[in-house]
Amino acid sequence: MDMTEIRNERTQLLNYLWDFQNQKGYISTSDIRQLSVELGISWIEVEGVISFYHFFKRKPTGKYTIYLNNSMVSEIKGFQKIKDALEKETKAVFGGTDPTGTFSLFETACIGLSDQEPAALINFKPFINLTPKKIKEIIDHLKKGGKIEEIEDTPEDNIRYKNDKGEPVIFRDYKVGDTVIKLIKKTPEEVIQSIKESGLSGRGGAFFPTGLKWEFAKQSTSMQKYVICNADEGEPGTFKDRAIMNQLPGLMIEGMITGAYAIGASKGIIYLRAEYRYLKKKLEDTIKKFYNLGLLGENILGKNFDFDLSIMQGAGAYVCGEETSLIESLEGKRGGPRTKIFFPVEKGYLDKPTIVNNVETFSAAARIIELGSDFFNSKGTEKTKGTKLLSISGDCKKPGIYEIEWGMTIKEMLELCEAKDTNFIQFSGPSGTVLTKKDFNREISGEDLICGGSVMIFNSKVDVFDILTNFSNFFINESCGLCTPCRAGNYLIGKRLKRIRNNDATMEEIQEIKDWGKILKDSSRCGLGKTSTNFITDAIEKFPELFKKKALKHKEFDLSSALNDYYDYVKNN
Amino acid sequence: MEQRIVNIKIDGKEFQAIEGQSLIEAAKNNGFHIPTLCHFKEIYPPLGTCRVCTVNINGKPDTACTRKVFDGMDVEVNSPEVLDNRKAIVEMLFAEGNHFCPGCAKSGDCELQRMGYEMGVAYTRFPHLFEERPRDFKSDRIFMEHNRCILCRRCVHEVKTHKGENVFYFQNRGHNMLVGIDYEKEKELTDEEVIRAADLCPVGAIIVKGKTIAKPFGDRKYDSDKNIKWIEGKELDIKIPKDGKKKIVATTSLAGCFGCHMSLLDIDLGILDVLELVEFNKSPLTDIKKFTKQCDIGIIEGGVANSDNYEVLTEFRKKCKVIVALGECAVWGGIPAMRNTIPLKDCLEEAYLNSISSENDENIIPYHEDIPKLLDKVYSINDIIKIDYYIPGCPPDAEHIWKVVKNVLFGAEEKVAYTEFKYD
Ligand SMILES: Cc1cc2nc3c(=O)[nH]c(=O)nc-3n(C[C@H](O)[C@H](O)[C@H](O)COP(=O)(O)O)c2cc1C
Ligand code: SF4
Ligand code: SF4
Ligand code: SF4
Ligand code: FES
Repeated sequence: MDMTEIRNERTQLLNYLWDFQNQKGYISTSDIRQLSVELGISWIEVEGVISFYHFFKRKPTGKYTIYLNNSMVSEIKGFQKIKDALEKETKAVFGGTDPTGTFSLFETACIGLSDQEPAALINFKPFINLTPKKIKEIIDHLKKGGKIEEIEDTPEDNIRYKNDKGEPVIFRDYKVGDTVIKLIKKTPEEVIQSIKESGLSGRGGAFFPTGLKWEFAKQSTSMQKYVICNADEGEPGTFKDRAIMNQLPGLMIEGMITGAYAIGASKGIIYLRAEYRYLKKKLEDTIKKFYNLGLLGENILGKNFDFDLSIMQGAGAYVCGEETSLIESLEGKRGGPRTKIFFPVEKGYLDKPTIVNNVETFSAAARIIELGSDFFNSKGTEKTKGTKLLSISGDCKKPGIYEIEWGMTIKEMLELCEAKDTNFIQFSGPSGTVLTKKDFNREISGEDLICGGSVMIFNSKVDVFDILTNFSNFFINESCGLCTPCRAGNYLIGKRLKRIRNNDATMEEIQEIKDWGKILKDSSRCGLGKTSTNFITDAIEKFPELFKKKALKHKEFDLSSALNDYYDYVKNN
Repeated sequence: MEQRIVNIKIDGKEFQAIEGQSLIEAAKNNGFHIPTLCHFKEIYPPLGTCRVCTVNINGKPDTACTRKVFDGMDVEVNSPEVLDNRKAIVEMLFAEGNHFCPGCAKSGDCELQRMGYEMGVAYTRFPHLFEERPRDFKSDRIFMEHNRCILCRRCVHEVKTHKGENVFYFQNRGHNMLVGIDYEKEKELTDEEVIRAADLCPVGAIIVKGKTIAKPFGDRKYDSDKNIKWIEGKELDIKIPKDGKKKIVATTSLAGCFGCHMSLLDIDLGILDVLELVEFNKSPLTDIKKFTKQCDIGIIEGGVANSDNYEVLTEFRKKCKVIVALGECAVWGGIPAMRNTIPLKDCLEEAYLNSISSENDENIIPYHEDIPKLLDKVYSINDIIKIDYYIPGCPPDAEHIWKVVKNVLFGAEEKVAYTEFKYD
């Protein structure tokens, strides 16, 4: 560690912390002291930032840190077996390190590899399609002193469908600079007009009209504005941004340049989730290439237009995908969402006007400039324009990326990915909605079923309560804790769900969850809490028989189990 | 800057307000009270953590403390749905933490407690979590009681050293979030600043060591309604058909201290009127040990801590038409439930093995088939049977009890006054 390095930027705290974490496997008390002195902030503040993020550790970890994905898709693909194999081979217990200090094992939320589960990150390198046998080979290799780079996997992009009935928007041939060359021939006003005419809306899940967002940001007279690409892709089951960044990093960057040109920004940041660190090099190389080609930097393509781009890494928090949390995180703070007294387009990063857009949104925006708004506008439905990338995973033969035109039905989608015996679809992620057979004729569009990208398919062999428990745990772990309803509510719902599972709850108690869900929806501070109960209220509505079977006829207090502790103790003494 | 006047609507009434003014302020100026908990003054950005100020703005729920007035703003503050939503959030805070008001230095001055009174929280619809949170004595002058912290963020935002460094800061996230203290920075605060921090805390989480002066009941900030503008009584919602016959009452004390029964007798001379109209059946007041007939009303003091409490309670449910939970212990466990955060084994060992006994070498855990068996924790009576009415308080106010009794007997519908609704 270069101890002479000067650290004096409070906004860079996450990067400093990553330096310590990467070099030593943890952040020590003396590191914290040092940082607090250098930055002139209190020690407790540094601790507070560290403890918000899942990938920062305060205790030493082994030479190899293994993060095994515990998402629901991983569960059905053999999570438990892999977990057991890892514990057996490394002799470490999950949550800790083996006696020799070589391996540390942790569970982690969806790492964006749902199409190749079970998957894990070892020192942030991807390992996919794991089997107990493969685990043994990996661990043996590392134990023998083999290099991790020799065995790391290269995830497939698995692009299965490119709007085969028409033309794709995103996954088509790409030539560097095509967008920017056309871009600089237009005025910023014309660019915004094109984006507006295309009907593009945010692909990160909120579907806010992109042209309108950019117009708001443009209207501000501030000298400094920012363009931020949301590459946090944290919704369990999505991996489409991963595929874009792996295959078309240049397209995404051209989209950011488009945004910067339109609103008058000179700085951009890609907020890349730590789980995608293996994509960082590719992004950096692309950025370098862009600088060399004069597509980034000063006077882009000879125009009076400067734009600099950098990458910042997240540190493990789903809520950091929420745009204001993301901005807080970029500023080196805990990733708690802001109160929406101002929108980022008014006061965003460093309180300056900022547009935050999703990877897919920027990529689509680039295509709109390259191919015209009519090209984009002609696709999709009456009200929902263009194509959408779906990340399909779970019980189907062909998991992967599907670039569909809005308007496709669920049935068509299931046929394409060759899903059989489908019983439960978690549509648009755990924060989205539950679909069953009754919904198969519905269409994927803003008019009917909107989708941010995640589609997790489960057949009738999967226990619905396993799914619900997995999602409930996800929200309990990822709630930032800032507001009462989400922090306490999700935890209470988790407890109630457990009661239901154990056949301890009455129908009244089951129905109560719906009322609780409404409280969270109405009063949570950010989208996480507002959507965190959809999955369970939907399930209660859509699987009435299942819940009826679980429910007690009338309230019964289980006296004998309440006496167990006492009898156990008295018997043993 | 020129001030622009805009038209707004609150609960259907039209008002004028200054554009950009905070909604809380504008509502207050027009005689509307929007309850707030984390909000303590206008700051940017607003804390917006508790969500207790949730209202409907142009049909969409949002928090009042984070919104500014704009032309055409249409706010719903007191619709039944919004009222219930806010109440639910306060209940959530009580269920989440461990709030034993009678043992809390802030009781009477506490804003969470006041919020419970204001909204008429007699019980929580959510089961209490009873999860142990740390108590931090490490700093020189502050005792941090995390069991009572509602994570409002006031201290994090406001308490800084003269260099502007944070003394308090959030740690962890989600359900595990808590407020950490920087022990060294705390030393940089003056004594006055430490006291101010404790006063700033809406609840009894920041306690100044050795400085807590117990104020007599009646003198505390929220004992009377003089610090509160709204005095909204709480409706009684039990009804027993009046048929002219003498009503039959049964009472019992389960895991309680008999304090509630004492309060019952505090009706003073009223008790004589009561006796004209009712007949007591099974009750410690009559010393009738066994039910001899069906009763109209069963009044239960105390939670359920052992197998005997359980038997008595289920018997009451069978024998009584209406069951009233009397006092905090019956309502949610109360003081005896302090043991709920500790495993039963530790409780037993501490009480019977590790503490000093009057008999030497007589350290044994009592066990005999005739003595009641301890449950793993203390349950509220609602965990076991259906409850018809809750009277909060430790002990409850005699007037409150009296009003309930009168309601049962004569169908009288008097409202319970602010001062009669309490937790300590
Ligand atoms: C809890 C939560 C998590 C989110 N995660 C992401 C994410 O991982 N990626 C993303 O692009 N948007 C995410 N969003 C949406 C962002 O807040 C924001 O709407 C989006 O980045 C805007 O870009 P867009 O308009 O291009 O979609 C999330 C929102 C919430 C409430
Ligand atoms: S809803 Fe509240 S607790 Fe949940 S993530 Fe958002 S701000 Fe945090
Ligand atoms: S007085 Fe307030 S802080 Fe103290 S226990 Fe009661 S509610 Fe909690
Ligand atoms: S200690 Fe008090 S002021 Fe600080 S967050 Fe907790 S309740 Fe709020
Ligand atoms: S007072 Fe508005 S959120 Fe707390």
